[in-house]
Amino acid sequence: MAESIAFTLNGKAVRVNVARDRTLLWVLRTELGLTGAKFGCGEGHCGCCSVLVGKKSVRSCNVFIGDVEGKDVVTIEGLAKDGELHPLQKAFMANDALQCGFCTPGMILTAFSLLRDNPQPTRQQIVDGMEQNLCRCGAHARIVKAVETAAAEMKGGGQ
Amino acid sequence: MNSPISSDSEAAASPTSGVAPLLSRRDFLQRMATGIVVVVALRDAELFGAEEPTRPVANRQGLPTDFNAFLRIGEDGRITCFTGKIEMGQGPITSLPQMLADELEAPIDAIDIVMGDTELCPYDAGTWGSLTTRAFGPAWRAAAAEAKLVLIELASEALGVPVAQLVAKDGAVFDPKNPSRRKTYGQLSQGKRIERKVTVKPTLKEPSQFAIMGKPMLRRDAREKVTGQAKYSGDIRLPGMLYARILHPPAHGAKRISLDTSAAKQIPGAIVLVDGDLVAVLHELPDIAESALGEIKAEWDLPKTGVNDRTIFDHLLKTAAPGRVVKKDGDLETGRKQAKRILAANYLNGYVAHAPIETHTALASFENGKMTVWASTQSPFGAQREISQTLGLPLEKVRVITPFVGGGFGGKAANGQAVEAARLARLAGKPVQVMWTREEEFFNDTFRPAAVVKIEAGLDDAGRIAFWDFDEYFASERGADHFYDIPHHRTQTHTNGPTGAPGTHPFATGAWRAPGNNTNSFARESHIDALAIAAGMDPVEFRLKHLEDERMIRVLKAAAERFGWKPAVGPSGRGYGVACGIDAGSYVAAIAEVEVDRTKGTVQVKRVVCAQDMGIVINPQGATIQMESCITMGLGYCLTEELHFSDGAMTDTNFDSYEIPRFSWIPKMETVIVENNALAPQGGGEPAIVLMGGLIANAVHDAIGARLLQLPMTPARIREALQSAPATKPS
Repeated sequence: MAESIAFTLNGKAVRVNVARDRTLLWVLRTELGLTGAKFGCGEGHCGCCSVLVGKKSVRSCNVFIGDVEGKDVVTIEGLAKDGELHPLQKAFMANDALQCGFCTPGMILTAFSLLRDNPQPTRQQIVDGMEQNLCRCGAHARIVKAVETAAAEMKGGGQ
Repeated sequence: MNSPISSDSEAAASPTSGVAPLLSRRDFLQRMATGIVVVVALRDAELFGAEEPTRPVANRQGLPTDFNAFLRIGEDGRITCFTGKIEMGQGPITSLPQMLADELEAPIDAIDIVMGDTELCPYDAGTWGSLTTRAFGPAWRAAAAEAKLVLIELASEALGVPVAQLVAKDGAVFDPKNPSRRKTYGQLSQGKRIERKVTVKPTLKEPSQFAIMGKPMLRRDAREKVTGQAKYSGDIRLPGMLYARILHPPAHGAKRISLDTSAAKQIPGAIVLVDGDLVAVLHELPDIAESALGEIKAEWDLPKTGVNDRTIFDHLLKTAAPGRVVKKDGDLETGRKQAKRILAANYLNGYVAHAPIETHTALASFENGKMTVWASTQSPFGAQREISQTLGLPLEKVRVITPFVGGGFGGKAANGQAVEAARLARLAGKPVQVMWTREEEFFNDTFRPAAVVKIEAGLDDAGRIAFWDFDEYFASERGADHFYDIPHHRTQTHTNGPTGAPGTHPFATGAWRAPGNNTNSFARESHIDALAIAAGMDPVEFRLKHLEDERMIRVLKAAAERFGWKPAVGPSGRGYGVACGIDAGSYVAAIAEVEVDRTKGTVQVKRVVCAQDMGIVINPQGATIQMESCITMGLGYCLTEELHFSDGAMTDTNFDSYEIPRFSWIPKMETVIVENNALAPQGGGEPAIVLMGGLIANAVHDAIGARLLQLPMTPARIREALQSAPATKPS
């Protein structure tokens, strides 16, 4: 049954009137009109629906909207600040770390979460941190490079 | 691309940078009223996007083909080009403008591209076969070169300077003797309505004259893709649209014997539509449509075919057609007599899914007798025809628009979801989105066919290959022929039609990145490796000894040199493998290093060096990325990817059991582009992937002394092979 659920979305307060057990992914993509988080598998295997909840990357296809009540949700649309791209976004562009682009929002937000937990990761730590995100085009090597580039740019901080 | 957000359909998305604003047909023609339009019509069938043998015949029939590319130079100086090709990650959104800008002498930032819209773009059979650059590119460049000539003629009239004295550069024509005598392209277009059709082949630039082509260039669509602004078919929103979820049978060949939709209809807002075999639930929210679908009760009569992923190879051999010779030379019997040692093997390869991360998706809207469909497709014109035929609508009443496509690999040459959306939209009287679930994607895909390759070959006294007898069953002819210097040889196909006669495969099959060639090259390169070992020779030297083709010799030597190859007779315990191949006109060779965990049976690919001769290279950055992409994606069909099924039912329904390559699999990759500017551009999107099966199988053999004759080389198969393999030097 529909309930009023309030949370912060990309820095703005929002309130939706939906059933608590609907998934965050579909509420974002329909009621909230944000289509950057993609549907890829529906079961949390691929990571292309990843968004940040409390700055942690989560699979929005596996999160109930009721569980983000009062929390801070960031989607790929909210990562750039005042038109200034986040260092990860710039690094993905500069390293050609994408092809079809469908997994890209999830990759960037997963990397964001990874760098927040570990601002100066080793290459192996990046690989481990990104391991559960799937890319079919084969951009993996460049994605790792992009995360390294962004980490260096951010100098261990500045999220 | 992205263009497609139609102004007359109020789609909720805005045009993006570098992309022409969306126009209705009428607006479009009005806009065309002034400016310079150059259309190009090259009659050579290949230039219309030649068909591959494994393409559905339905895509081949005649649609208007009086031209296949055009561009317009507007009064504002913007240059808009239109192509039926689509962007699915492979990069034409960057490489096509690169070609155009260079031939036209225009800044690349002045170029907008509209892709894959059947109403705005000229006919194109489809984006596949690594054909965009090699087949379509020359026509595209010709249009630009012709447009430049028109502009110089116009400038000559306007400036009163002879044509021969004028130079075009940076979007303007000027007189080098007096640079103030200058007209920009926009100025030259003003008030003009000039239409030119390219009939003669204008002179294209030589590589030495390239200013923009041949230079690495980053993707032009990257900003949209990293900000979430890029629109895919599932991201288009129309007022009043509904989301559909479709009932699909539990197995291929299942017949529905009962249907009860009453519970689904009870869900508020759910609409159940039944149209013959098509049963769907529509709702204004996709997840509610999904749960309503779960309320539909259906009983099915399930087939008992006895065919599953283990019995499939016997089934295929029973179903096969008699051999048809693709190529032969010499006399096999003579060769057999000369052979002192004969090696025979059957190579097996299972069904593989395309598994793009974006599932097949379409949004259809039926208004005033006209169907507009946004579809994730590699063949917008093919989708247009399928929709037109299925719904009985005239072709001109169907418009297919292709937003960004989230991966295709051949799988989106099939347009089932677009037809479903169109049928449902007409029935519902509202726009309908169909987005296949992952389970549907693993059910409805046109899988890469399982195949068998039988090879028998012999060595003479001198360690040369005396004969080669190659028979492929359902891989397809592509890549079946070999390129080694062998006096007596025969290559036969046993495949009826594109991937076999009806009834051969338990589900739909189709082209998968470099169709056929992956399986054929796996078999060929594995067998060559086995022959090298039997001859007591290093596998690189053995290949070079059997090569006369200079292009292949060059790429093999380039790969060996970059790798730092030290000759050894296998199995050396080092885990080194080599493979060569030809695809889409490109020559490619690779060397890999692997590590095998003998207890677990797992393979870690440590390093891959890949050298490729693809003729003239338009975008070296794009070409390099495609090689890396082939290596990475190819690891999947080498190591894990194979569809499990039984009696038409799929066991693999998601990425938990169907494993595709992950970050931890990625080897150190080194790519070498072997320059060959004497040759027109060849294909780049597929060639390197054909090597991966043979390359990794040979490296595994070199590591553990066991030869895997079946792909993928799963841990279980490696452990089994180890049990029967002779002991080798430890790695």
